[in-house]
Amino acid sequence: MSTEKSEVWITGVGLVSSLGEGLETHWQQLASSGTPKPVLDKLSQAPYLVHPIVDYDVATQVPKRSDQRQMGPWQLLGTYAAGLALDDAGIAHNEELLAATNMIVAAGGGERDTEADSIIMEAVSKSDNPETMLNTMLNTELRPTLFLAQLSNLMAGNISIVHGVTDSSRTFMGEEMAGVSAIETATAQIQHGQGDIFLVGGAYIAERADMTMLMEFGNALWGEDYQSVWSRENTEGGLIAGSAGAFLVLESKEHAEARGAKPYARINTVVSDRCNREPGTAGKSADQLLKKLAGKITHGPLPVLTGCSGIQPQLSEEHAFLNGLSDIGAKPSIRAVTTVLGSTIEAQFPVSTILAALAISKGGFFEPFDDSGVEQPFAGSPEQVLISTWGHWRGESLALIDKPAVPLRKVESS
Amino acid sequence: MSQATLDHLGRPIVVVTGIGMVTALGEGKQDNWSKLIAGESGVSKINRFDTEGLRTQIAGIIDWQGKGEFFAPAHSLSLARKSAQEAIAQSGIGSKGNFPGPLFMAIFPVETNWHHRMKVYESSTVNGKSGYERLIRNARLGDFSEFYAMYQFGSIAEHLAEEFGTRGQPISLTTACASGATSVQLGAEAIRRGDTDAALCNGTDGEICEETVVRFNLLSALSTQNDDPKGASKPFSKGRDGFVMAEGSASLVLESYDAAKARGAKILGVVRGAGERADTFHRTRSAPDGSAVIETVTRSLKDAGMMPHEVDYINAHGTSTPENDKMEYLALSSALGDALDNIPISSNKSMIGHTLSAAGAVEAAISLLTIEAGVIPPTINCHEQDPNILMDVVPNFKREKSVSSVMSNSFGFGGQNVCLIFSAEPD
Repeated sequence: MSTEKSEVWITGVGLVSSLGEGLETHWQQLASSGTPKPVLDKLSQAPYLVHPIVDYDVATQVPKRSDQRQMGPWQLLGTYAAGLALDDAGIAHNEELLAATNMIVAAGGGERDTEADSIIMEAVSKSDNPETMLNTMLNTELRPTLFLAQLSNLMAGNISIVHGVTDSSRTFMGEEMAGVSAIETATAQIQHGQGDIFLVGGAYIAERADMTMLMEFGNALWGEDYQSVWSRENTEGGLIAGSAGAFLVLESKEHAEARGAKPYARINTVVSDRCNREPGTAGKSADQLLKKLAGKITHGPLPVLTGCSGIQPQLSEEHAFLNGLSDIGAKPSIRAVTTVLGSTIEAQFPVSTILAALAISKGGFFEPFDDSGVEQPFAGSPEQVLISTWGHWRGESLALIDKPAVPLRKVESS
Repeated sequence: MSQATLDHLGRPIVVVTGIGMVTALGEGKQDNWSKLIAGESGVSKINRFDTEGLRTQIAGIIDWQGKGEFFAPAHSLSLARKSAQEAIAQSGIGSKGNFPGPLFMAIFPVETNWHHRMKVYESSTVNGKSGYERLIRNARLGDFSEFYAMYQFGSIAEHLAEEFGTRGQPISLTTACASGATSVQLGAEAIRRGDTDAALCNGTDGEICEETVVRFNLLSALSTQNDDPKGASKPFSKGRDGFVMAEGSASLVLESYDAAKARGAKILGVVRGAGERADTFHRTRSAPDGSAVIETVTRSLKDAGMMPHEVDYINAHGTSTPENDKMEYLALSSALGDALDNIPISSNKSMIGHTLSAAGAVEAAISLLTIEAGVIPPTINCHEQDPNILMDVVPNFKREKSVSSVMSNSFGFGGQNVCLIFSAEPD
C-alpha cells in the first residue's frame, strides 16, 4: 500500500435548505445582499421556530411515484439531495461508475406518524387496560410502509434503489457527529486507496413534532422570538432547528482528473473527538483537535464556519475557543451557519462543508450573518476555510477545507 | 513500518484478540458456546410486556435483570457493556478505562418507548391539549433529561466510549441486519489504513417491545409459531415461517498482527477479508437472481485472497424466513459453484434467534469460536430440510471438523449486504 496520500476533491454537491436550492442561490442569499434574511416558520412547531425546507420538485430526482410513496419527507429530502450531488458531479445514470461509488449516509430516524401516535395515546390513556389497548391500537394504526419510511438505513437503501449507487453502503448515526464521521471516514478511505469515489451526506427535517419533543426532553429549544446565535449568548440559550439536505461527491484527485472532473475545493483534514461535556471539557477537546491542525492553518485572515447550536454553555465555550484562534496567529472571520439555516443536526457538517467549498470556488466569503459584532467582514479570496462542528449534545470536530493547486470548478448561475 | 506483516494486497494483517458475547442463551462466550454445541434454543415466550393480541408472542429476549421499566437504549447499553468487558479482558489490551483505539458501534435506530411516551403524555393534562402538542408542552414542563440523553442516536456509543476510554469520536452505525458485520469491517479498514493498531467493534440490540414486534409483524417477517418457542426458528427447513426477534451483543477486539504479537497477545483468528455490495432491487427483498449477494460473497473471497474450496464452513445469515434462506442458497451455489457441496453451513439463529443489529457481530464471534474449537454448531429444528435447499446444513447435532476458515454472511433490509471471512492464525 502506498504511503502517499491521495488528495480528496469535492467534485459534486447537492444542497437544499430553508434558503433555497443550489450553490448559486445560497451565494446570492449569503454573500451578495447585506445581512442575510433567514426564512422562519413560526407555526408548524409553535411556540418554537424552525427554518422550514424550501419547496422543491422531488420528481426531478425521484421520478417514480412508487418510490416516492415508500419514503417519508426525511428520506425523500436526502434521496433528492443525493441525486442533485450525483448530477452535479456528472455521474448520474453512469451505471458503471455508480456501481463503483461508495456511500456513507449520516442518518437520524424518519418521521413518526404523529396522527397515529396521537390516536393511540388518547385511547391508551382512557383505557382501563392500557397494556392490551396499546397492542390493539398498534395493530390497527401502524402501517408497514411507514416502518420502512422511518428506518435509518433506508435513506441509503433508497439512494441505491433510485440512483443506483451500489458499492459499499454504510449509514452512520449520532446527530451532528454522524455527518462529521461520514466525511472524515470517506476522506480517510480515499486518502488510503480504500475507494476512489464516495457519495456522502445527510438530511434533516425540522418540521417534526417527534423531534421537537426529543429536543424538549432536554429543554434544548429556543422558545423566544428569533435571535441570531450570538445574540443568544447572554441568555440561557437554545437551539432553532433547520431543515436541509446536503450531499457531496468526494473523489481522489487521480480519479477526478482521469474523467476530466474539476474540484470546487479540497478536503484537507477532518478531525473529531468527544468528551463528557462537563463544563470546560468541550473547549479542551477542541484545543486538542486544533493541535492536530498545527502548521496547516495559515497566519492572518481565516474564514471560519461554525455550526454552534445556541445551547449553553457550549455556545460560550465554542465562542471562547474560536476567539483563541488568534493565539495561533489566525485572524478569524466567524460565520455561524446556524444563524441563517438553523441547526440541521446530521446535515450540519455536510452543509458547512458545501458552504466552505462554495466560498473557495467563488473566491470570496459570506457577509456577516448578524450585526452582533462577533462576525467580522472578510476581504479577499479564501485559500482555506476552517469548520467547527460541536454536537448539540456530544462530540467536537474541526475541519480544514482548502484550495487545491489546480483550476477550480466555477459555480454555475442557476 | 517497513517490517509490517502484510496480507496479499500489501495491507497490515488484522487479527482478533478478544471476544465477548451475551445472547438469550446466556452471558459470556463459554456459556453461549456450550449451549450452541448442545443445540439448545434461547427462544421463549415474551414476558416483558403483555402480548395479548400480538401475532408474535415469542422472542430470544434477555430478561434476567427482572421486570423493571423497559428502556431500550439503557438495556442495549448494558448488553454492550457486558460483551465489551469480556472481549477487552480476554485481549488484555490497554488498561481499565483506557482502550487504545476507536469504537465502532452497531446499533438499532433508537426510538422513544411507548411507556415513556405515555409517561410524558400523562405527566400533566394542561388545558386539555392532546397529541404532540401535549407531549411537547409536558416535555418542557417536566424533567426528562434522562430521556434526552438516552434517546439520542449517539447515546449508546457515547456512554460506552466514556466508560471504556476508547479513542476519538465513536462511530454509531446501522446497515440493518448487517450492522454487526459492518462494525467489524470498519474496524478492520481503520487498521488496514494504519489509522490505529486496535479497534473495539461492538454490535448490540435490546429493543424488543410492543411496537418493534408489531412493525415486523406488519412486514410478515416474524415467525408466529407461538406454541413452540424453541422450535420456531427453523432455518433451511420446510415450514419455516419467519425469523424470531432476539436480543444480544457481541464485541471483538481487533488489532494489527504486529501490534498483537509485540505485546504477546493470544491471536484468536484473522479478519481475512470482507465483501460488500448494495442491492437496488427492493426495500426488503434481495434481487431474485441474488446478484448483489453473489457479488458480496465473491468480493469477500477476492479481498481475502481465497478460492471457494478454501472455505471450511459458512456461518449463514439463515434467518428462517422463506425468502432469505432460499435466496442465500441460490446465491451461495452461484458464487461458490461445486465447492459448496463440500462446505458445511449452519445458522446460529436457529438457537439464538435474530439479534438484528447485533447479529453480524454475534455470528462473527461464533465463527471465531468455531475455528478455535474445531466444532461446528448445528442448525437446530431441522427435521425436514427444504428440498429446494441442497446444502449440508449440519442438522440438529454439532459436528467435529477442523475449521481453518469461516465465511460469515449478513444481509440487511435496505439491501446492505456484508460477508466476512475469518481464518486461523497462520503458522
